[in-house]
Amino acid sequence: MSESDATNALSVRNVVKQFGSGPNAVTALNNVSVDIQSNEFFTLLGPSGCGKTTLLRLTAGFEQPTAGEIFLFGEEIEDLPPHERPVNTVFQHYALFPHMTVEENIGFGLRMQKWSGPEIRARVNETLALVKMEQFATRKPVQLSGGQQQRIALARALAPRPKVLLLDEPLSALDLKLRQAMRNELKTLQRETGITFIFVTHDQEEALTMSDRIAVMSAGLIQQIGAPLEIYERPINRFVADFIGDTNFIETRIDQVSGNRALCVAGGELQFETDVVDGHGIGDAVTLAVRPERITLQKTMLRSKDMPVIEEATYLGTDTSYEINIGDGVVVTVRDQNAEAGMGRFAAGENVKLTFSDGAARMLVD
Amino acid sequence: MNLPRSIAARRALGLAPALITVAIFMVLPMLILLVFSFLEADPYGGVEPRFSVEAYIQLLYEIDFDDALVFNPIYLGIIWRSIFLALVATVGCLILGFPVAYFITRQDPRMQNLMLYLITLPFWTNQLVRVYSWILILAKDGVIEQPLKAVGILDGSLGMMYSNGAIAIGLVYSYLPLMVLPIYASLEKLDFRLIEAAHDLYADRMKVMREIITPLAMPGIIAGCILVFVPSLGAFIAPDLLGGGKKLMLGSLIHLQFASSRNWPFGSAIAICLLMLVMVALMVQARSAAKRRAMEAGR
Repeated sequence: MSESDATNALSVRNVVKQFGSGPNAVTALNNVSVDIQSNEFFTLLGPSGCGKTTLLRLTAGFEQPTAGEIFLFGEEIEDLPPHERPVNTVFQHYALFPHMTVEENIGFGLRMQKWSGPEIRARVNETLALVKMEQFATRKPVQLSGGQQQRIALARALAPRPKVLLLDEPLSALDLKLRQAMRNELKTLQRETGITFIFVTHDQEEALTMSDRIAVMSAGLIQQIGAPLEIYERPINRFVADFIGDTNFIETRIDQVSGNRALCVAGGELQFETDVVDGHGIGDAVTLAVRPERITLQKTMLRSKDMPVIEEATYLGTDTSYEINIGDGVVVTVRDQNAEAGMGRFAAGENVKLTFSDGAARMLVD
Repeated sequence: MNLPRSIAARRALGLAPALITVAIFMVLPMLILLVFSFLEADPYGGVEPRFSVEAYIQLLYEIDFDDALVFNPIYLGIIWRSIFLALVATVGCLILGFPVAYFITRQDPRMQNLMLYLITLPFWTNQLVRVYSWILILAKDGVIEQPLKAVGILDGSLGMMYSNGAIAIGLVYSYLPLMVLPIYASLEKLDFRLIEAAHDLYADRMKVMREIITPLAMPGIIAGCILVFVPSLGAFIAPDLLGGGKKLMLGSLIHLQFASSRNWPFGSAIAICLLMLVMVALMVQARSAAKRRAMEAGR
């Protein structure tokens, strides 16, 4: 499909980006295609070097793709210079113009687009109000704190009413409390303005809390695209399961198959029921992903060396994390909420009984 | 060691070497110049210790045959030509130096060092020799004219030597590094991401140059302009060699008064005038810098 649907805010088609040439060439993006819908809060999530920032810079126009096409609301843009693209960027380190006041910074894009004086003034005031920074209009960037500069950078990028707003790890330079507050604000801002946000981050929590959809990237490829719940609950491969949240990977074999459900036995005699993927059959080696918080621990009176035994208990405040040997040398991590005050319900060396909610385990396509 | 107790006394002691140096090598010569300018000339060189303002009168007037003072615009003309040529040299250096400085900042660090070294290389040779080489280039049947004649474009001579243009070329050539280095210093600190941000906000290359790069390089531009303008105003090697002594500038005039004319008070008076001009230029710059700093600190 090389045609682009005009209802998509952004369509990336088979984009390849290589830096350098010859034997030293580095492939930052390796045939990436993605459709981002209008009004969507879309997050590109991945570790550093996965190509997420490159994809953002290609969209902004700071880099040209080696191959492939990029469409903005159906219009092909990959050959346009940055100043001819109706997208704006919030930079990681804000990149506010140090010689201009806050209002001059915000009005810059409008002035470059030849808005009239009164129009600029009205829009600057409107945008300042949007980020709640009215009283700072005449300050210089150096007189603002990091969080305030962040808001001005946001206002500056929103002022020209871009069709798509690109955000390059904008929260990474803020401290934790401020970062959490800004998450909510960004989400609210996106809903209020109705502008498509494309947000780049390596922070899975940021991605999960703010996004409508997430693209998990690694090694220049998009591994999975989906809503936060889908990504977390149904990771399609080991990378996604590992990158988002904590996961137990259990190597096992399929013991029984009925319909599209399979039964796997791991460790001593723990049974996991999962959906079968890719037509695996009985006896096939598979990897199961199980989230630590989806396993429930129960006290047991039985004492046996065949029973799961707690090897280590780590107090984490809200939860206690247990390393549990389930037999055959398989160790799983289980999170148990600290519902009562104290060091957690179990101590190292105790036997426990493990139970799972339905769908706790997921078979991975490796 | 027996150090003085009070902070003020210690500070005075610490500053003493610098103050003494400034006093001996700067203040004292200036005072001598100032005193000489108010004395009478000894016809064989030197001065006679009698107070006189004749040197300053001579700048504007001459005494005709009837012993009457007549307005004489010759020296005003030289002052004007000096200011004019110094301005031309400054603008010329700026036009040539800015792109060079910008180009250097865009290279990788090793290349930058090499280029900066090449920029300062001419300073290692004698200025006289460097300016003299321009005679070979500009002269009648010189490096420029000969090839033009050979291919038949030129007939006769361009008459490039011994003109204001030749002096300006010599000045630009002599002081160009003094423009490039401070501009490089301020551009080098420029955050390239600001340029990307400006492009992102719909500014094309020209607008980025005007709105972002130039304002942020302004301290370097101003420093470079002063560093070129001030020595150009008092230059005498380039005007003497390339102007052929026909187009006098202040520097050559002062040189002439002390050397061949043996009119030290007059030479001193012109030097004082030059000093005043420079101080006016510096004061204008200081005021604009103060205004800019006040603006940057927030209104």
